[in-house]
Amino acid sequence: MAKTLGPVKRKFSPWTDPASVPFIRFENITKRFGNFTAVDNLTLDIYEREFFSLLGPSGCGKTTLMRMLAGFEEPTEGRILLQGKDISGVPPYKRPTNMMFQSYALFPHMSVEKNIAFGLKQDNLAKGEIDTRVEEMLKLVKLEQFAKRKPAQLSGGQRQRVALARSLAKRPKVLLLDEPLGALDKKLREETQFELMDIQQTLGLTFLIVTHDQEEAMTVSDRIAVMDKGIIMQVATPAEIYEAPNSRYVADFIGDINILEGTVTQTDSALGAPGLVRIDSDGLSVAAEQECQAVKGDHVAYAVRPEKVRISQEQPADTSLNAAYGEVWDIGYLGDFSVFLVKMEDGRIVRAAQANVSRLVDRPITFGDMVWLTWSRDAGLVLTR
Amino acid sequence: MADTTADNPHANPARWLVVAVPYLWLLLFFVAPFLIIFKISLSDTAIAMPPYTPVFGGWAAISDFVSELDIENYLFLTEDPLYFQAYMSSLRIAAISTFLLLLIGYPMALAMARAPNSIRPILLMLVILPFWTSFLIRVYAWIGILKPDGLLTLALQTIGLMGPDEQVEIFRTDTAVFIGIVYSYLPFMVLPLYAALEKMDNTLLEAANDLGCPPWKAFWKITFPLSLPGVIAGSMICFIPITGEFVIPDLLGGADTLMIGKTLWTEFFSNRDWPLASAVAVVLLLMLVVPIAIFQNQQKKVA
Repeated sequence: MAKTLGPVKRKFSPWTDPASVPFIRFENITKRFGNFTAVDNLTLDIYEREFFSLLGPSGCGKTTLMRMLAGFEEPTEGRILLQGKDISGVPPYKRPTNMMFQSYALFPHMSVEKNIAFGLKQDNLAKGEIDTRVEEMLKLVKLEQFAKRKPAQLSGGQRQRVALARSLAKRPKVLLLDEPLGALDKKLREETQFELMDIQQTLGLTFLIVTHDQEEAMTVSDRIAVMDKGIIMQVATPAEIYEAPNSRYVADFIGDINILEGTVTQTDSALGAPGLVRIDSDGLSVAAEQECQAVKGDHVAYAVRPEKVRISQEQPADTSLNAAYGEVWDIGYLGDFSVFLVKMEDGRIVRAAQANVSRLVDRPITFGDMVWLTWSRDAGLVLTR
Repeated sequence: MADTTADNPHANPARWLVVAVPYLWLLLFFVAPFLIIFKISLSDTAIAMPPYTPVFGGWAAISDFVSELDIENYLFLTEDPLYFQAYMSSLRIAAISTFLLLLIGYPMALAMARAPNSIRPILLMLVILPFWTSFLIRVYAWIGILKPDGLLTLALQTIGLMGPDEQVEIFRTDTAVFIGIVYSYLPFMVLPLYAALEKMDNTLLEAANDLGCPPWKAFWKITFPLSLPGVIAGSMICFIPITGEFVIPDLLGGADTLMIGKTLWTEFFSNRDWPLASAVAVVLLLMLVVPIAIFQNQQKKVA
């Protein structure tokens, strides 16, 4: 049976179907502010009903990209197509997108229901219809009892819900979420992430979320675009991004990872043909089973995630490949996981994470212990970029 | 338990002192003078020094003293229509001026608040700059501009909008008074408005835009309601002193410009009727304080 990358969230992958038409298309978008290029010749397709994340550090251009879709900024070059129509020059108040702001931007002088009704009133809907829709939204975000309150009288989590209800009330074609959960504490944030996914599925809308929190992006998204300095580094599903990053940057940005620089010593792989790629990293022999275009002598990076590295005091049978020996330098106890920082003889540190599967351990590995780190051939990954 | 006396405001005399200072100030420079004026307003005119009776005597004279006080000055205010007209005219001028100030000050404050951060201090400075010359000199300068053979006439004649025999007839009219008042009070209107507008979150307008509200509509739905505290503060800071304004109508206004400040001055200095003048002052104060107190109370209930 062929191996796949991680669990599949839902049977939804229009991006793999060449016949499907993108709902939103960013076409060669460049945005400059003075001398600063925020977004650099970027092309990106987003499909209908997709939950799409723009992920990257602050200043990578993700918010600028979203603001261009909302209409608050105009691209310097390129165009944005929504359902095949160029929306350049259309003012924000005429675009079928709605945004949930990072600061929530609730109108402080209006009650919760007035805030939610605000967008509907702009469309000159009948009063009865507005009332039903507001009620519907209040129910959706479970704030029925708070309809008459002012934003200042609500908690952070409640305000976040009002902001969500307000941006959903007009049933936008695309909902834009700018760091929507940034101000919430961890527990509430996780809860809300699942609620967001629920709402997105129920209403069948397209969600575009901007975040710097990789866990959030992994949890909610169908696909993630990892951005850096105005360009997209990789667009893929959460599992692909995590298990098959295409570059050092993406590998390092998402989750925890050991990166060993080295040179290719032997390769059985070529374009379209997976095979074993051996790498020498300062005397340490590592290998990965994958498709790789690098040839012998190429300088590459070898990446392996800590949770895929086994730690043991016993010497493994085969120490010639994917095995490192060293001293436990530091231990991070996270409850569910323990992270061991192992210092090899040449001073490099390799991290191994071990799930704490039982409460009591016979002979725990501790500071100063000499240990062996091993991992399998499909745990590691060769990165050429 | 740690020693909590330091955190207890009731136990710390230094804290009381800090709180007491503004109250002491008000007592000394507002309540005490007001009580003196109020007492004079209940006295009778006399050709003496000071020009009213009774004057404070010893403790034994207190009952005599009280029995000599009466409200005839206040009754007189209702008998002569001059006073009622002066009060009404003052309120009218103050109301129109405040409205004009809002009309001119609001766009100014909004432009300042929306200006780039780098030039805001300069704009703020320009608003405050007139304070660097005496108020009186600035009003006198307006005489130079507005008088029939003044700078305005000259300017209009030079650019040909006015024939050589024509002259602007603004000086010594209500129009001149309005110009003087609006000019003098503009900073007092602009500053509170600017303070209210400057701290407003711009993303609120973006949110309104995003929800389908065009910018001009968003101004009335978001910006203006949120700046109301500034509008009220600015209007009060202007309306109250304008009602009692004396210098501007005296210097720029005509003989028929009726304002209570001028009437007050006439009673005090021309007629030497201190008791009646005091009554005029007390009524003016009540006229302004009572509605404001009611308004403040109402505001508290809303909040």
